Parts: sequence; C-alpha cells; structure tokens
Amino acid sequence: MYRYDEFDHRFVKERVSQFRDQVERRLSGALTEEEFKPFRLMNGLYLQLHAYMLRVAVPYGTLSADQMRRLARIAEVYDKGYGHFTTRQNIQFNWPALKDVPDILDELAEVEMHAIQTSGNCIRNVTTDAWAGVAADEIADPRPVAELIRQWSSLHPEFSFLPRKFKIAVTGAPHDRAATKAHDIGLRLHLNDEGEPGWEVMVGGGLGRTPMIAVTVRDWLPERELLRYLEAIMRVYNLAGRRDNKYKARVKILVHELGAEEFRARVEEEYARLDKSPIEVEAAELERIAAYFAPPAYESQPKVVASFEEARLKDPAFAQWVRSNVAEHKVEGYAIANISLKPEGGIPGDATADQMRAVADLAETYSFGEIRVSHRQNLVLPDVRKADLHALWQALAEHGLAAANLDLATDIVSCPGLDYCALATARSIPVAQALSRRFADLRQQHDIGPLRINISGCINACGHHHIGNIGILGLEKKGVEFYQITLGGRGDDDAAVGSLVGPGFSGEEVPDAVETIVGTYLAERADGETFLDTYSRLGAAPFKEALYAAR
Amino acid sequence: MTTEKGKALTANRLDDGLVVFLTRSGDWSPRIDDAAVAQEAEAASALEARGHAAEAGNLVTDAYLIDVERVDGRVRPSHIRERIRTLGPTVRTDLGKQAEGAGGGFQATAP
Repeated sequence: MYRYDEFDHRFVKERVSQFRDQVERRLSGALTEEEFKPFRLMNGLYLQLHAYMLRVAVPYGTLSADQMRRLARIAEVYDKGYGHFTTRQNIQFNWPALKDVPDILDELAEVEMHAIQTSGNCIRNVTTDAWAGVAADEIADPRPVAELIRQWSSLHPEFSFLPRKFKIAVTGAPHDRAATKAHDIGLRLHLNDEGEPGWEVMVGGGLGRTPMIAVTVRDWLPERELLRYLEAIMRVYNLAGRRDNKYKARVKILVHELGAEEFRARVEEEYARLDKSPIEVEAAELERIAAYFAPPAYESQPKVVASFEEARLKDPAFAQWVRSNVAEHKVEGYAIANISLKPEGGIPGDATADQMRAVADLAETYSFGEIRVSHRQNLVLPDVRKADLHALWQALAEHGLAAANLDLATDIVSCPGLDYCALATARSIPVAQALSRRFADLRQQHDIGPLRINISGCINACGHHHIGNIGILGLEKKGVEFYQITLGGRGDDDAAVGSLVGPGFSGEEVPDAVETIVGTYLAERADGETFLDTYSRLGAAPFKEALYAAR
Repeated sequence: MTTEKGKALTANRLDDGLVVFLTRSGDWSPRIDDAAVAQEAEAASALEARGHAAEAGNLVTDAYLIDVERVDGRVRPSHIRERIRTLGPTVRTDLGKQAEGAGGGFQATAP
C-alpha cells in the first residue's frame, strides 16, 4: 500500500487545520453559508435531508486494517454506528455534526486518509478494479498509476475549477471490472507487440442525465507519457467545456458536440504543444510509487489444498459461498475473497462499526492487512490462502457478512435515494430490499446466473442504473414515487447503456416486474446463456410483451 | 376535525444539521407539530423573512417553505420528501426523530 511521505502528511494536516478554522468562522457567523459552502464541499461535507454527510475518500478502493478500524471508530463516536460504502469506492457517514467534522478529519489524517476531492468541480478520487494487483487475468497492478494520478491531480492549480466534476477510472486487466467506459476518462492497460505496457485512453463516458459510453482517443499511449497526455485532455476540456449550463458541462457533452475526431485532434494538437520535460520526473515518480505496491510475502502453497477441498465437500453452504464469492488469484494456493454487503433484505453498502472492525481483524489474520472497496458496494479481502477460506467464511458468518450472492440477483447496487439524499426524487433502498427478499432463494439465484441490478433514486445515477443489466430509476410525479426500468445495460468491456423498456411502475409493482423480466429470460434462454446473452439475442420485445401485454 | 392547509418554514440547524421548524414564537423546534402554519401568502412571506434572519444569525441554514396541512393540531407535510425529512429514513426507523418520538403524527409513505 502507498504510505504518506512527509509532504503528504503536512499537506493533509494543514488542510484539516484550515478547515477547522473555516468551521469556527462559520459557527461564529464570520462566514455566511454562501461563503462556507465551497470550503465544506472541498472537504467532502454535504448537507443532506436529515443531517450533514461526510464522504471520505478511499483512494482506488484500497484500505488497510488500521484505516478500516478508524472508520469504525468514527462511525461509533461521531455518527450512528454505521457507514455506507458507495459506487465510487468511498465511504459516507450520514449523521456527523458540523462542529465535529474537523475532529473527524484529524482522526482520518492520523491514518493517512481525508475527504479531499470527494466533491466539487475537480478531478475526483480515482477508481479502479477492486481486484487490482491480485486478479488472475491482470496484466499489471493499475494502482501505482492511480496513485500517480491522485498526486498529480490533488489541488492541481489548473484543474481545481473545472466546468464540472471529473472522474477517472483505471484498469490493468483485460476484463474491465472498473466500468472504465462509464467515466470521464477511462484508462485500460495493454501490452504492445514488444511487451511494453501502455494505456488505452478513453474519454467522454458518464452516466447521469445524459448517459454516454467513452470513445477511445489513443489505442496505446506509452506509460511514461500518461500524465502529459492527461494534461492535454484536461486543458482541452477546461478551455472548451461548457460553463453556461451545469447539465451540459461534463466532458462527455464536449466530446459529443465536437465529435470524437475533432476532440481527438484538439487533444493531439495540445499534446504536441506541451512541454514534455516532466516526463522523466514522472517516470521516476511512478517507479517510486510502484515500490509501495510490491506484492506481499506470499508463501508457497500446494496446488491442491486438501483441507479446502474437504470443507467444500462437507459443507454445502461454504461451497455455495466459494462458488459465488471467491475469485481466482494470480498466485497459486491463494484466493480473492469477496465480502458481500448485501445480506437478504439489507441496505446495500451499509456496514456497522462492528462489521468494519471484524473485517479489519480478518484482513489482518488472513489477508496481509489489506481490504478493498468495490464499485459494486462490496468489500474484498484480496490475498487469502485457500487453506484459510473456510475459517474466514465461518468468521464472516458470525458477523452477518457471509451472503453468498456476488454478482447474482440480490447483489444489488443502490444509491441512498430519498431516504437520505437531498437530490433524490424517489427512494431506492426499499426497492433493493424488496428485490433482495423476492430473490432470496440462493438455488434460484444460481440458476438465474450472473445478473446485475442497479437502482438510482434520481437521474444523477449514483446507483449506476444505466449500466445495470436491469436498471431501475426512481422518479416522482405529483409527490408519488414511480420507477422506470431499463434493460441490457453493462459496465464491462462491451459497455452499453440500458434501454427503457416501457412505462414506469409503482414501488410495489417493481418486484413483480423484475420477476417477470427474469422469468422471461429463464423461459427463453438457450443453453448456457446469461441474462445479457438472451437479451442481446432477442432484444426487448419478449420482455415488453411479458410486462405490458396484460396491462 | 379541522384541517388547515398552509406553509411551514423548515431549515437545518447549523451546528448539527438537525431538521427544524419555525414556531409561532419565533423559535426553532425539531417537532413539526410546533411549526407555525401560514395560510396566507403574506404570513408565509413573514415566516420566510424570519427564516432568513435566523440564517443571518447563524442558527440555521437552508431555510425554505414547505406545503403542509394541520389536522386536529398535528402538522403533516404534503410531499413525501418532507415527510421523510421530518421523520428520518424509512429504512432505519430506529434512527432520526421518528426513533425519539419527535417525528410527527403521520407515516412517510402513507398517501
């Protein structure tokens, strides 16, 4: 893991003391809300329906056990005993008091964390594959590059007042688990014919009110040139991005309005003009950072772990969990253990302080003290010996963390919605809970196979409904919530925005509607087809027919 | 049964963000039943003016008028957003004012 150097420490501490002063001045009345709001947003502090909300950055979704313990402590001491892991791999606290926030930020700084760049029109926390560094299919760990981008973008004077917020996602694997094409910039690692690493640079993806899939502006950019090239993109956007209309200010609109060719030409023109002298320094810096992400001291493990195989045979519930929640590790004898934060009827992404502490302890015992947060609102222990999986699973079960549903129907992604969020138009969590109960039967879930359901409580799409295989969008008409359903969305290599299937449903009708959609798939699927396969083959017609014919 | 339709002024308390309502006596109460309900446009404007004064005085932030009705002395917001805001999250009835018996005489989701 990356560790702060003295400059990082000083920078974060100074920032906390500045914010402490700003909060004092706000409480005393020396600052008006209008003056104070930009400061609080720069430190991740929002005002939501019931209280303030603090969004804490988890850079590229990587946490140490100590950091997780500190989050648990903050939840307990300053909040109401829980936190909410988000689709941006961050964590949100729903109830902090303004007067306590400087103390919270001090506590975070002690464990090398902060809430900077989790809000505002800047380059936000860089996200990545939750299996970075350990996935069997990976070319290289993308986190050194994510950290390099974090350092470059933190308080970058030129890019601190962009037309709108800016999100970058990075993946080092051929299977895109970071939804890179749904970000302002998506970066994907490829090797060229000489075996050298380089980045495919994609620009102009994004969800929200105008969902778009990113276009590739460079197929293969030499790794050492990455920051210079990003700078060229940011300059084009910063100059030409619209500032007259907040809803048209994201880079995707610029790419769309100029056309991909013209946008690419402008970036290349800017790039040709840029001073390339920092490249050497940046390459050296990347090397320095990469050393922090050196693999842990893996032990040599037998090819077949007898105790693990035996436990799997003896204990069907464990076998089920292994089947859905355990993924292949790049090192023999190790496994990636995914901890679902989607228990039956639960609130997607919520974890209690006790659960956070339990995960921290288990990470220390079984996974070299490291934890990941996924953009599907789950947690990951990336480095577990297969021989330890059974003990880990038993311990997880004691804390209500052993739901065996990763990437299945009840692994539902949901934003906080109208239960918490000031922007929401409808509730999303109760819909997720109702679906979670409806599809609770695990055997049925395995029969249905991989199915991603995403729910957002407004068009801002924090629940990423556009890239859900089944996407649900909560809206409101005359004070009554209703829900639109989209089908066929996906955030992987073949990223696509889902298509609206037809008129909306009331909240009570949504579980039946989703069951009808799933039932149609089950009736129509050919051998071995997933939901998406069947949908791609047949299109929306049979689903529409099943949903609306009787209406 | 008497029903009065009108407007109440709500805000968030500055120091902890708690949802509060402007009362007849000009205080801020966490209980919506204590809210002053303005039935005339002029009275609503007067509430708003007091709200802005309180914002300037650093007691509250984000003050705005909401549509409510008072039935037999109990005040209920017309919009679901404000009903949830008054009570607490519908998915965590153990939290927020609803958990402390300080919510209101209504359910968030009842029409």
